[in-house]
Amino acid sequence: MKTKVTDRRRFLQRSAAIAGGLAVVPAAGTIPADDATLLAQTGGSPSTDDMNSMDAVLYGRRSRFANVVRRIEGSSSPDGSPPRPSPYRPSARTPVGDLTGIITPSSLHFTTQHLYGIPDIDPASHRLMIHGMVDRPLVFTMDELKRLPFVSRVYFIECIGNRPNPQGRSASDTHGRMGCSEWTGVPLSVLLNEVGVKNGAKWIVGEGADGGRHGKSVPLPKAMDDVLVAYAQNGEATRPDHGFPLRLVVPGMEGIYQVKWLRRIKVVDQPYLTYQESSRFLHDDARTQPNSYEFGPKSVITYPSGTQRLGGRGSYVISGLAWSGGGAIRKVEVSTDGGKTYQAADISGPAMPRAFTRFHLPWRWDGSETIIQSRAIDEKDSRQPSEEEFMKYWGMTRQQLYRASNTRLGHCNWIQAWKVNTNGDVTNGLPPINVVVTDVHEHA
Amino acid sequence: MRRRWSVLAALAAALWLGALADAQRAGTPDRTAPVLRDPEPAAGTGRGPNGIGRPPTAREVAQMDISIGPDGAELPPGSGTATQGALVFTQRACSTCHGPTAKEGPANELIGGAPSPSSSYFPIVYWPYATMIWDFIHRAMPYDRPGRLTADEAYALTAFLLFRNGVIQEDDVMDAKSLPKVQMPHRDKYKPPVEPWKPGTAKGLFIKATP
Repeated sequence: MKTKVTDRRRFLQRSAAIAGGLAVVPAAGTIPADDATLLAQTGGSPSTDDMNSMDAVLYGRRSRFANVVRRIEGSSSPDGSPPRPSPYRPSARTPVGDLTGIITPSSLHFTTQHLYGIPDIDPASHRLMIHGMVDRPLVFTMDELKRLPFVSRVYFIECIGNRPNPQGRSASDTHGRMGCSEWTGVPLSVLLNEVGVKNGAKWIVGEGADGGRHGKSVPLPKAMDDVLVAYAQNGEATRPDHGFPLRLVVPGMEGIYQVKWLRRIKVVDQPYLTYQESSRFLHDDARTQPNSYEFGPKSVITYPSGTQRLGGRGSYVISGLAWSGGGAIRKVEVSTDGGKTYQAADISGPAMPRAFTRFHLPWRWDGSETIIQSRAIDEKDSRQPSEEEFMKYWGMTRQQLYRASNTRLGHCNWIQAWKVNTNGDVTNGLPPINVVVTDVHEHA
Repeated sequence: MRRRWSVLAALAAALWLGALADAQRAGTPDRTAPVLRDPEPAAGTGRGPNGIGRPPTAREVAQMDISIGPDGAELPPGSGTATQGALVFTQRACSTCHGPTAKEGPANELIGGAPSPSSSYFPIVYWPYATMIWDFIHRAMPYDRPGRLTADEAYALTAFLLFRNGVIQEDDVMDAKSLPKVQMPHRDKYKPPVEPWKPGTAKGLFIKATP
């Protein structure tokens, strides 16, 4: 409310100032008669404070009736505890259950800061230094980087803390630590050719300009393959919480690879075991070594999903997202009978490598209680495992599986199920479990 | 849950007080990258295929390159002992977040501890290389003024933590030569990646769709 008043006042002041000079600006709040009629007919309010404010014209604003927001980490704990945001580490999840298509709006894309907050960086003074085992160490300005050959690619970014969970109430609880954007930037291979990589180099270490100088080692072959040094997200400058003015995008790999506020790349001969690799991702099980690389195939139904409600029996379209670090999604199968039978969903939209792929399946709900779930298969012919298959791989009981930290399990890509209750309420469809599920973000 | 709240509140209060003290001491603390104060050399003097960029000055590299690899090759001059480190721990108010004896928190406990399946944090004593401790302290501490410790302070704090974790003796001097030689007790648990990553060779659980 406060914002609105301020906006209006600012608008009035501006209108007055402009009107003083030009005298052709309509008075604040007036709208053409036709539009007013239409608004009245469609139930809209004739109040035009927001829609016609200069700020909204200069940088578009959504309707005040559209109010989907990110979920602050900790706010959806199963025990109903209140949000516990840290002023220095404001992490938030994507409301995946409320979104459509394959592109996550930048404003709703999940965000995680490693211990420290979001730096406020002036791109005019920002530099990227590339050095180490190179022939010609170089420093680049943002303007210089934008003169180099660039590409735009759609890639998902996912936190290792994203995992199916019988206690998550919504798709955002279980799968909100991911997003998918069109990233624009210089292929890292172009920059590495510019500096000339020396023989014997095997890794690069990316480093951010945040307080903790988050760093991550990336295998050199991956750096030369498809890694981007990105300055734009979904057509505009990457936002501060996503790394403004510059970030690494390491397609298909874990969130910690995607170094934000990129200021330095060092070319080295071994993994450098930075804090995020060493203290939290270092395990004596070879299956979860710090460099476990790409995510396996995953999928989640976003409609109908937890906390949503079906308005009576009849026609619906089941819809969801599938993605894989291994490449493009080739097939998605949906079950509406708790996994007894599966049928192929429609993935005729864009199915790009290491990007979200949207799937659909028309469905007639007969009003009875049922479990719906999906499984993805990628271009490498890898299939998303069931919870049981995952437990078998790790030699764990179900309790152990959900008590284990995500980082101990590598990539948690088993199937998430949703239960459609007879009253239309959609709740978590994985069998309940009597332990508090461990959450990687509790320990970050 | 209530404990977490109080812990966070204590942390927030400590940080706020720390920030306040900082602001009084040194103006607004800079939380971002070090400022390049030298006059910047001419742009476009790079000699790569596109001729974009410019070579860094020696000072820029020295200032920016804070990466310390497992073998410690990049460690700078300086030294410190556990006794000095105990003093730095107090002077730099490390106890505000880590507790009076570095065990109480609310931030990660720094002495002892064991890995737990349900925690993603590995106690320091389980880190495979002592150089990693130096790297993180030097780059990211103290929390409210990261990157503001001298090399001597970082050596001293590293020595303090290694001593308190039973890895070195109290009067052992840690410097660029001795620190990389410290044998961490659980180093053999760390398995460096054996196969280099290649396009299309993802690791993990992969189930063939068609048997």
